[in-house]
Amino acid sequence: MANEKKIVWTKKDLLGLEYLSREEIEHILYTAASFKEVTTRQIKKVPALRGKTVVNLFYEPSTRTRISFELAAKRLSADVINVGVESSSVRKGETLIDTGKNIEALKIDIIVVRHDCSGAPNILARSVKASVVNAGDGWHEHPTQALLDIFTLRSKLGRIEGLDVSIIGDIAHSRVARSNIWGLTKLGAKVTVCAPKSLIPEGIEKMGVKVTNDLDEAIREADAINVLRMQLERDTSGVFPTKIDFFRQYGISEERLKICKKDIVVMHPGPINRGVEMSSQVADGQNSVILEQVTNGIAVRMAVLYLVAHVKR
Amino acid sequence: MKYLIKNGRVIDPANKIDDILDILIWDGKIEKIGKLLSDKAQLIDAKGMIVAPGLVDMHTHLREPGREDEETILTGTLAAIKGGFTSVACMPNTEPPLDNPAIIRSLKDLIKKNAKANVFIIGSITEGRAGKRATDLHKMKKAGAVAVSDDGSSVDDEAVMLSALEQSREEALLIIGHCEDRKLSASGVMNHGFTATKLGLKGISSESEYERVKRDIELAKRASARIHIAHVSTKESVDIMRRARGEGVKVTAETAPHYLTLTEECCAAYDTYTKMNPPLRSEEDVEELKRGLKDGTIDAIATDHAPHTDSEKDVEFDFAPFGIIGLETALSLCAMELVEKKILSWPELITKMSVNPANILGIERGSLKAGSVADVVIIDPDKEYTYTKDSIVSRSKNSPFINWVLKGKVAKVFVGGRLASDSG
Repeated sequence: MANEKKIVWTKKDLLGLEYLSREEIEHILYTAASFKEVTTRQIKKVPALRGKTVVNLFYEPSTRTRISFELAAKRLSADVINVGVESSSVRKGETLIDTGKNIEALKIDIIVVRHDCSGAPNILARSVKASVVNAGDGWHEHPTQALLDIFTLRSKLGRIEGLDVSIIGDIAHSRVARSNIWGLTKLGAKVTVCAPKSLIPEGIEKMGVKVTNDLDEAIREADAINVLRMQLERDTSGVFPTKIDFFRQYGISEERLKICKKDIVVMHPGPINRGVEMSSQVADGQNSVILEQVTNGIAVRMAVLYLVAHVKR
Repeated sequence: MKYLIKNGRVIDPANKIDDILDILIWDGKIEKIGKLLSDKAQLIDAKGMIVAPGLVDMHTHLREPGREDEETILTGTLAAIKGGFTSVACMPNTEPPLDNPAIIRSLKDLIKKNAKANVFIIGSITEGRAGKRATDLHKMKKAGAVAVSDDGSSVDDEAVMLSALEQSREEALLIIGHCEDRKLSASGVMNHGFTATKLGLKGISSESEYERVKRDIELAKRASARIHIAHVSTKESVDIMRRARGEGVKVTAETAPHYLTLTEECCAAYDTYTKMNPPLRSEEDVEELKRGLKDGTIDAIATDHAPHTDSEKDVEFDFAPFGIIGLETALSLCAMELVEKKILSWPELITKMSVNPANILGIERGSLKAGSVADVVIIDPDKEYTYTKDSIVSRSKNSPFINWVLKGKVAKVFVGGRLASDSG
C-alpha cells in the first residue's frame, strides 16, 4: 500500500512538510506503517530509541499532542521529559535559544517543540545540534498532524494520488491546513480549501489549491474532508463570525453530508467543538475516522522520532 | 594639513561637475578644484577612483541617549564614515526622546565631544513622541534641530499633525513623516502577502503605509507646508507622491537600500535580520521604487540605520525588534543595485545620497565648490569585498548582508578636511 521508494533519511529536524520531498514524505509513511504494527502487540515497545532522550518543550498548552509524542517516544524505549512553559505573552527570563542550548547541554537527542510563534522551531533548529521536531508552531506548520491525516486517509482509501480532499475551517490561522496542503499536493491529491472570505489567507491559491467560500461546493465531489476547529483561543482581532452562524454556513452535519459521496472520509485534528464545526452525529458517525487519526498519530510520531534520531551527525 | 587629491573622477552634481580633476583641501575647506593642480601638500592619488562630496544620511538611529548598548554617537559616526557618510541626521526616538530644547542642547554637547562625523539633530514632532501635543517648533529650531519627526510612529491625530505642519511652515522647520497606520499594521511582522501566508506570520499591508502617505500629503497641502516622507517601501506610495508632485505639492521622499535589494521572500528562513518596518515588500514594489528614483519622485536614499544587539534579535521572529543597520553597506548596495544595473548613473546616485539629502535638510553639505566644508569621499567603484560580521564597525551587527560579496568600496573619507578614514 505504501509507496516503497526507500531513501536514506538525512534531515536532523522535522520542521514542516514544505521542506520535504514527496519521497521523504512517503518514507515517513512507510516507516509509520511498520511502527503501527508495534502498537497492536501485547508488549507495545521496541528498543529503537533506547538510551536516547526526548524533551517535549511545549510553549502552548496541549494535552493530546504531548501525550501522543510522549507515548511514541516511550514505545521506542526513549526517556522522555516534559517541559511546559508559561504563556508567551508573559514570557520572562530565558530566551528560546538559551532554553534550547541549556537542553542541549543536558545531552538531549530530540527536542519536540510546540510554540505559538511561527518559525520558532526553525530558529531553534539552527542553534542546537539536537534534532528539533515541530509539534505545531503558530500558524505555520504541524507536520506530524498532516502526516497522520494522510496516513489515515491512505489506509481508508488506498491512495492519495488523484483524491479530492477539502479542508474546511479557519484556514488563515491553521497550521494543520498549511501542512496538509503541502503534504497532500506533494502526493498528488487535489485540494480545496473552504472558509468565509475573512479566513482565507492571502495568496493561498498559489499553493496549488482551489479556493471556495461555499461549503456545498467544497464537499460535493470530495473523497475526504478535513474539518478544522474554530481557533477561538488563537485569534483576538474579531474576524470570526458567531459560533451559530459558523455552524449554519460551514458546519458539517448529517444533513450536509447527504450531498456527498456515501463513503466520504471525515477527518478532524481534534479536539472537536461539537456543534460548531461538526455535529456530534457526524463526529461519532460511520464516516468519521477521527479516533483512527489519534491511533495513527502514535505510529507516525514513532516514525518521525526514529528517523531523525538515526541521522548521522 | 593640506591634501591634494589628484587624478580622480570628481563627481560634484551640485555644481554640474563630472570630470577628471584635482582637489586641494586645506584648513577644513575645499581650497581649489581644477585641472592639473600642484601644491606642497600630502598627495593622494585617486586614479580610477570617484571623488565626491561626503554622503549625507538623513535617517539614522544613533541610540544615544538611552541605548548605548546598541550604538553610541562615537560608534555610529565611525560606522557612518566607514560607509562614506560624512554627515548623518539622527532620529529622536531615543530614551528619553529628543522632544525638548534642553535635551537637544545637551546632545549637541555630546556630539561635539564624541562625534567623528557631522551629526545633525532631528527632534520629535510631539511631546514624548506620544502623538498628543506638538512640540514648540520655534524652540526646537532655535536649540538646533534641523527637522522634526516622530519616526518609529506616525502622528495618528490629524488635528495634531495639521497644527504641527502649520508650525513647520511658520518656522521653516521640515517635518519628516513616518507613514504608518498602526490600526492597520498592528502586530504585523512582515509584508502582507503570499510569503506571510506560507510562513504563518501576520502581515503589514501596503495600505497601512500608502493611506498614511496620502493623508500626510493632504495635510501638508492644507497647511501649505513642505513634508518629507521617510522610508518609502510600496509602489502605491510612489504613485501617490508622483501625482502630488505633479500637482505642485512640496513633498520629498526617501527610500532605503534594503528596499531596493531585498524582497519579502528573504524572510523565508525566519531570519530576524530581515525584519524591519516598513517591511521588505514584493518585486513589484522594488521595481516601482527604482522607477521612482529614476524619474525623481524619490529624491533621496537614506539608510534608516537601526542598531539592535544580538540578544535582542536572536529571538522568535514575532518578538524581534524591527530594524537593521545600514551605514556601512548603503553605498555598495546602491552601486550594485542601481549604477551597475544602469538605473542611475554615478552622478545621479551621488545626488540621491549627498546633494538631495543635504538640500532637503537645509544643511550646507553635498558640494565640492571651492570654499565648501571639505567633506569628501573617495570611492573605488570596482573594488569587491566580503562584508563580514567581524568587519562591522557599528556596535550592533544586525545586517542581512553579512557574508555578501559587495562591490564599490569607500577608500578614503575626509571630514572637515581631516582624513577620517583610510582603507587604501
